[in-house]
Amino acid sequence: MNRFDYARPASVAEAVQAGAGEQVRYLAGGTNLIDLMKENVDRPMTVIDINRLPLDAIEELDGGGLRLGALVPNSNTAWDARVEQRYPLLSSAILAGASPQLRNAATNGGNLNQRTRCYYFYDVATPCNKREPGSGCGAIGGVNRIHAILGASDQCIATHPSDMCVALAVLDATVQVTGPDGDRAIPIADYHRLPGDEPWRDNTLKPGELVTGIDLPAEDFTQNYTYLKLRDRLSYAFALVSIAVVMRVEDGTIAEARVALGGVAHKPWRSTEAEKLLKGQQPSPQAFGAFADALLAGAVGQGENDFKILLARKGIIRALKQAAEATPQSQTDKRVA
Amino acid sequence: MATAAKIGIGSAINRVDGVEKVTGTARYAAEHPVENLLYGYIVEAAIAKGRIVSIDEEAARAVPGVIEVITHLNRPHVAWTDHSYQDELKIPGSPFRPLYDDRIQFSQQPIALVMAETFEAARYAASVVEVAYAAEAHNTDFEVAVGDKYVPKKKRSGYTAPKNRGDAAQAFADAPLKAAGDYRLAPEHHNPMEMFGSTVEWHGDGSITVWDKTQGSQGVHAYLASVFGFSKKKVRVLNPYVGGAFGSGLRPQHQVFLAVLAAKKLERSVRVTMIRNQMFSHAYRPQAIQSIALGAETTGKLTAIRNAATTSTSRYEDNMENVVTWGLMNYDCPNADAEYTVAQVDTATSADMRAPGAATGMTLFEMAIDEMAYEAKVDPLEFRLVNYSPIDAMNGTPYTSKALREAFREGAEAFGWSERSAEPRSMRDGKELVGWGCATGMWDAQFSKTSASAKLTANGHLEVACATSDIGTGSYTVMTLVAAETLGLPPEQITAKLGDSDLPTAPVEGGSWGAASTGAAVQLACQAVGKKLLKAAGEIAGAPLGDAKMDDVLFEDGCIVLKDTPTVRVPFGDAMHAADLTEIEEEETAAPGFGDMWKGLHKSKNTHSAIFAEVKVDEELGVVRVTRIVDAVAAGRIINPKTARSQILGGVVMGVGMALHEETFPDHRLGRWMNHNFGEYHVPVHADIHDIQVIFVDEPDPEVTPLGVKGLGEIGIVGTAAAIANAIFHATGKRVRSLPITIDKILD
Ligand SMILES: Cc1cc2nc3c(=O)[nH]c(=O)nc-3n(C[C@H](O)[C@H](O)[C@H](O)COP(=O)(O)OP(=O)(O)OC[C@H]3O[C@@H](n4cnc5c(N)ncnc54)[C@H](O)[C@@H]3O)c2cc1C
Ligand code: SF4
Repeated sequence: MNRFDYARPASVAEAVQAGAGEQVRYLAGGTNLIDLMKENVDRPMTVIDINRLPLDAIEELDGGGLRLGALVPNSNTAWDARVEQRYPLLSSAILAGASPQLRNAATNGGNLNQRTRCYYFYDVATPCNKREPGSGCGAIGGVNRIHAILGASDQCIATHPSDMCVALAVLDATVQVTGPDGDRAIPIADYHRLPGDEPWRDNTLKPGELVTGIDLPAEDFTQNYTYLKLRDRLSYAFALVSIAVVMRVEDGTIAEARVALGGVAHKPWRSTEAEKLLKGQQPSPQAFGAFADALLAGAVGQGENDFKILLARKGIIRALKQAAEATPQSQTDKRVA
Repeated sequence: MATAAKIGIGSAINRVDGVEKVTGTARYAAEHPVENLLYGYIVEAAIAKGRIVSIDEEAARAVPGVIEVITHLNRPHVAWTDHSYQDELKIPGSPFRPLYDDRIQFSQQPIALVMAETFEAARYAASVVEVAYAAEAHNTDFEVAVGDKYVPKKKRSGYTAPKNRGDAAQAFADAPLKAAGDYRLAPEHHNPMEMFGSTVEWHGDGSITVWDKTQGSQGVHAYLASVFGFSKKKVRVLNPYVGGAFGSGLRPQHQVFLAVLAAKKLERSVRVTMIRNQMFSHAYRPQAIQSIALGAETTGKLTAIRNAATTSTSRYEDNMENVVTWGLMNYDCPNADAEYTVAQVDTATSADMRAPGAATGMTLFEMAIDEMAYEAKVDPLEFRLVNYSPIDAMNGTPYTSKALREAFREGAEAFGWSERSAEPRSMRDGKELVGWGCATGMWDAQFSKTSASAKLTANGHLEVACATSDIGTGSYTVMTLVAAETLGLPPEQITAKLGDSDLPTAPVEGGSWGAASTGAAVQLACQAVGKKLLKAAGEIAGAPLGDAKMDDVLFEDGCIVLKDTPTVRVPFGDAMHAADLTEIEEEETAAPGFGDMWKGLHKSKNTHSAIFAEVKVDEELGVVRVTRIVDAVAAGRIINPKTARSQILGGVVMGVGMALHEETFPDHRLGRWMNHNFGEYHVPVHADIHDIQVIFVDEPDPEVTPLGVKGLGEIGIVGTAAAIANAIFHATGKRVRSLPITIDKILD
């Protein structure tokens, strides 16, 4: 870890002002940033500890939604009675991730902004375009069991590792940010980005911008939903593939279904185009299979992760079934529902 | 006279060091407070092979708090001969010499040590050391290396060459039923909880005290004396607590070398610790390929065993394991041959990891046995009984004991094996396919020459001491129980001391010989104290014990008691007082061959186990859950059923890891392990572990070791992964011949 300046502002305005400098990082729970600094992957010149900012509440929004403060711990979010009742998918997805200790420390803003788990990104002795632009991508042609099958570029095949964000993607959340140029709201679909030829950019946040909260619109996906996470051990591992589904079933047909995938791309992977295939359908393996094929259109393996395409296809079908039957995946009983 | 229930051998007591461990007062190697410490951080090579062209230390030295950057160019003088670097394991070859010269032999090799006032400063400075390399072609791909496999000329100590019998090639060709395949085990890293670390106290008078994470304080002591030219009296090595090691601490690891090197150069006390990533810079379980061909009659009787294995080693040492012998020993089969070879990759030398050789060779063999049983359409348990060998079938020698049949019976009963339906995919539970598999485990019952001392003071306190280690195995507790048994004292009055090179001689702790060997030495030392006590009692006026000999008395509740007249009791204190003794101290050595052991001289000595596993596999997704394991173990006498059970549980959990999770991924272009952290190197977590039942089968064996103890450190892992793999086949109908069985291998 290099030497850096440290500030602990008390207000958002001060934080944003301090955040305007060079090589600045906001420090929230630190479960990712501190690791990256210790490994010398991230070497900020200034660390702004935002833990004193008043962004630690979950508030009602006009119109029936909720605003999740950026500094609310992941655990508190998952176990919040309003979240549990109105957005059980989000609770489930958060609880599928990491460990209780990590979730206690991790914040909602930090979770959105966590970096990839690509092995090369974490090992400064290896090439990585995301860490060191132009050094090459170690994972292409290398150890890429955990890498992307969708939306990758020839510069980077990393995935976004969050579980929470996959749920946010189907809940049509909005990320509230503030920064040197004022406040703005970014739809979750536009928040994370594909690597393209700028793999060092994980998201569309501008330099110095701070996430203040995540807005969840009023929706009723309390029955037909699921978060299914497939991984290399039954807990405490990042998703090889995860599937978030919310659905509205009316008179035995699907009135609306939204599906997002985690662990397969540089951002939660969703296609509203493909989702149209499900609308008006009766739940069936055929309908789910056709949808899975559409969502996975263009999926390519990198060698070691070829299996993810099949795993994703099967996982999508199962998750849709779980949601349609209102038998969401339990995050404590590891038997797949 | 009423006496409290006697605590001794066989008592299920808590670990005597448990409170210190769970309250954090037990100090590990990198935790000993020493004044004025400097901290070291290891700079590792980024390439797998080549030479260091230059090291630019300027930026590192400019980091505030940095004192020195030590490299091969400015290090103090150290020994250079291979012989000087040889450790107790005596692996043939040229041992790794840290910071010796500009040669890079493996990725993550230590190439410099940054010393600073704080660990953080050292760590950061290490990241700005600029190294220029001249890289040479390397190969870390074992599958490629196997093309150049060979039989090492010089054998490693403890290596047993397989012995062929009959004509296996012909028998296999003629066999009506055959099963053959290549079985694989991925490289695994030990990853004990405690990371390697050493604290060196520099006394300023040419002597040093070293707290080291090691499985053998005396092994490290000898190594440091030899490498740095210390006189043996000037070095003391301590390892009172070790947070697991699994074999990674059998050889002195490079941090202890570097720590002493730095202390010598700077003439100061230093501490060098590895971080988790650096735990991937040295020892690992060799990667393995085993080609197994089995032939059988239609009855299931084996007629041919062909067993050839290759394991990975480095370019500079021939690390060998006993991989292929187990199957040949365990099964009654007239024709068997085996071949063992190694293949070199550009990594650090592979190393012993829990049940080295057996965890690989027996496990993979037991996967093949399951295939043969299915070919023969014989229940896999029945198949093992049909081919049961009461004697060591490879050497033709009897065992001192082998209660494997009983283990199978008791294990099967506890598991409910008779309810199994043979057909794959025939058992289910909702969306999950259910599979039941079994396997045999096997390990050596070893005994090593060990000394111990016992010191009784007039206040009735007994201290027993031995330089052995307690790597979490329960050695403190074993020593306490054996002493309690021998001298009839309650554990509260006994202190066990270990983990100190100044104590009576013990070998490095490993191979499951600790309990048997240390226990025997402690027993002898305590018996010697007993003899002195009896003699002292003779000084008591009126000689209440008459001319009783050792055979005429027993030691109970701190008294010498006449066997024939138990009302005649002489408290230890009275005897010592009469003889004017304030303490009695004795040291004894237990060497192989004493007691009844001579009877077992030409017999085979092994532990066995019968493992039964239940898995539930999601039919579509391939998600595996290991829902139940029964491990019935035949390992002679059990000193402490509680710590013994913990040993087996730990081994079984590691077996689950071997079956499903553990694998280190190399990038062959970089010649480097890539998932070198606990986030991405997967070991089982709570959610992966369900019901594990441990059964100890009765197996009295006075010939195997003086206490009848066979040892338990390794047997829990051997075969466990095979039982799980076989259960996965039974559940899914899919044979996966390479471990770990990750989701991608099941999915189709
Ligand atoms: C071993 C391990 C296992 C894990 N397993 C999982 C898993 O299975 N699933 C999963 O989803 N996650 C997992 N995680 C990741 C964990 O969820 C993230 O580390 C955590 O959510 C990050 O939150 P934090 O508050 O600690 O962020 P920090 O570490 O403080 O910050 C992370 C990044 O976000 C930036 N940042 C933080 N807050 C803001 C803000 N308000 N505005 C702008 N930028 C901000 C920081 O500058 C930094 O770049 C795991 C982590 C570890 C270490
Ligand atoms: S996949 Fe992306 S993060 Fe990983 S090595 Fe390539 S560029 Fe770096």
